[in-house]
Amino acid sequence: MSASSSKRPSRKPSPRPHTPAMPKSVVTLLLIAAGSAALAAGADLGQAEKQATNWTAIGMFAVFVIGTLFITKWAAAKTKSAADFYTAGGGITGFQNGLAIAGDYMSAASFLGISAAVMVGGFDGLIYSIGFLVGWPIVTFLLAERLRNLGKYTFADVAAFRFRQTPVRVFAASGTLVVVAFYLIAQMVGAGQLIKLLFGLEYWIAVVSVGALMMVYVLFGGMTATTWVQIIKACLLLAGASFMAFMVLYNFGFSPEAMFAKAVEVKTGIAAAAGKSPEAAAAQGFSIMGPGGFIKDPISAISFGMALMFGTAGLPHILMRFFTVPNAKEARKSVLWATTWIGYFYILTFIIGFGAITFVLTNPQFLDANGGLLGGGNMAAIHLAKAVGGNVFLGFISAVAFATILAVVAGLTLSGASAVSHDLYSTVIMKGKADSVAELKVSRITTVALGIVAVGLGIAFEKQNIAFMVSLAFAIAASANFPVLLMSVLWKDCTTRGAVVGGFLGLASSVLLTLVSPAVWEATLGNPKGSALFPYASPALFSMTIGFVGIWLFSILDRSPRAAQDRAGFVAQQVRSETGIGASGASGH
Amino acid sequence: MRDSTLNDSSTHDPVTARILADPRYHELKRKRSRFGGWLTVAMLVVYYGFILLVAFDKPFLATRLGAGVTTIGMPIGLAVIIFTVVITGIYVQRANREYDALSDAIGKAALTGAQK
Repeated sequence: MSASSSKRPSRKPSPRPHTPAMPKSVVTLLLIAAGSAALAAGADLGQAEKQATNWTAIGMFAVFVIGTLFITKWAAAKTKSAADFYTAGGGITGFQNGLAIAGDYMSAASFLGISAAVMVGGFDGLIYSIGFLVGWPIVTFLLAERLRNLGKYTFADVAAFRFRQTPVRVFAASGTLVVVAFYLIAQMVGAGQLIKLLFGLEYWIAVVSVGALMMVYVLFGGMTATTWVQIIKACLLLAGASFMAFMVLYNFGFSPEAMFAKAVEVKTGIAAAAGKSPEAAAAQGFSIMGPGGFIKDPISAISFGMALMFGTAGLPHILMRFFTVPNAKEARKSVLWATTWIGYFYILTFIIGFGAITFVLTNPQFLDANGGLLGGGNMAAIHLAKAVGGNVFLGFISAVAFATILAVVAGLTLSGASAVSHDLYSTVIMKGKADSVAELKVSRITTVALGIVAVGLGIAFEKQNIAFMVSLAFAIAASANFPVLLMSVLWKDCTTRGAVVGGFLGLASSVLLTLVSPAVWEATLGNPKGSALFPYASPALFSMTIGFVGIWLFSILDRSPRAAQDRAGFVAQQVRSETGIGASGASGH
Repeated sequence: MRDSTLNDSSTHDPVTARILADPRYHELKRKRSRFGGWLTVAMLVVYYGFILLVAFDKPFLATRLGAGVTTIGMPIGLAVIIFTVVITGIYVQRANREYDALSDAIGKAALTGAQK
């Protein structure tokens, strides 16, 4: 882990679960502006205070778990070969896969974080969710069908198609594991914080139960169970969010203008109560209707936008889903469904955020003495659930939010396990001679190992500020995985050396630049404000450039015999990527 | 792209060689990369246009539409979301209708060994 914590005496027990390295004023500010903290750094869930035990939520979550365990039992009977484990035998339809991809993408952080961001910043929350959505067309136009035609189990199959296997696989497995690790930490810590908020249970219970349940899904049910858990969760989340947005709009006679007007009125009232003059209060109230402080300098804006847009096209747990469908046509359909559901979901979270302004911020039942939300800023959607649907619906939404983390963690683990067993064990160590049974065994051992590591990391990072981790995962995916994938598929002069050197340059530069950016150097490592060497919110603009230029430069300078072979292999690779002839088919072939 | 290696069929297996010799393959490749390229450019222009508007002209996005509080930024933001979904749909529609038929035909011809 590069984000060293040696500088911080934060492991000593703290009576309050606040981030210890931060001065209290900063913490308070972060809680009030939880949305903007999420905006700057990728919608993490922050630190949370334990609430009263919520038995309705726990009961509904138990129903979800029992249901998904039955699915796992059914899936286990179908998971016999490595192909079943990695890709559900290629038997998922485009529509199902679209829902599963959308499920991977609609994490608890995006549901709670974006609706909270909208509650705090209004329009700014919309800018953030648009950034998350716009990567999908790029995936569709440039990668989806080519991935399906060239690959079998992992994106390394595609990136290494015509290259020397060992170095490219080692790079791709590193890129996968680093992205998965940062994403996993964010999810595990999020799970622990959420369980305190939603169920009123201890942090470690969440981390251990997510780790254990996830291992059961992945170990026994492989990709089939992981996909169906994700599909069920996506349907529950979309249904719950739809109901909330419907209830909000219903209360305003389905007039967005009426909803916006009421929200501006509420925000104006809050500003006036804080002692602002009537003009200043009115201006502050109206500020939610336009862009505010989210984007300060254009370089950060573009860089952050690039990380979100191209990171989507380099996330290993998303890319592996293109191998679960039988052909390129279903691969295309699945991205269209995924884009549709994700776009719809972001419109819902926007309405939910405004609903939180009008129903939650006006109701003293949900507020603490300082006018902040009970339980912290990320509770916007949860309180709104109670306001529009009562206690039972509150329990439902809480259970769905927790199920969301569980499903995302299972997908991440499966993707990490595939990288180890298929790319490292089967291809690099066994030189492609491993049989399916041995490969499957290695996947399962890796799953257990990753599960234990995830639980360990979740506990180790409990008190850390992990706000930067999801955006770091996107930045690495955009700077390392995406350039190698794109150049290997589309550029005929790309060589093994170019792909590996450029890929590692992108990986290293994105991690290093994040380390010396304000979010980590100042906010996490506790260095003085203004001391960060890299002043921008995201490294992607620079590290992606380094990745692409690295691949280009080291490819054109490569005069080795291997390079000639790499270039000569392009035409045959292109034939397969364009036509799918020779592509690995569905199960049974 | 049209260099000497492209039509040098001697180094490829027979199926690949037959595909390379099929003009429909080159048509498919050209059409798809051109269409995908244009749509990619369109998406980049729309998204970065929106981001640059946010970065450089915040007051414009905060302009009120009519007498209410709704600003022009709201329909613009919604339009970017809808555009993203629609442009993906346009590509998928065309690819499923046109490209798959073309690539099936190419594949059938190459696999049966029949020259066009």
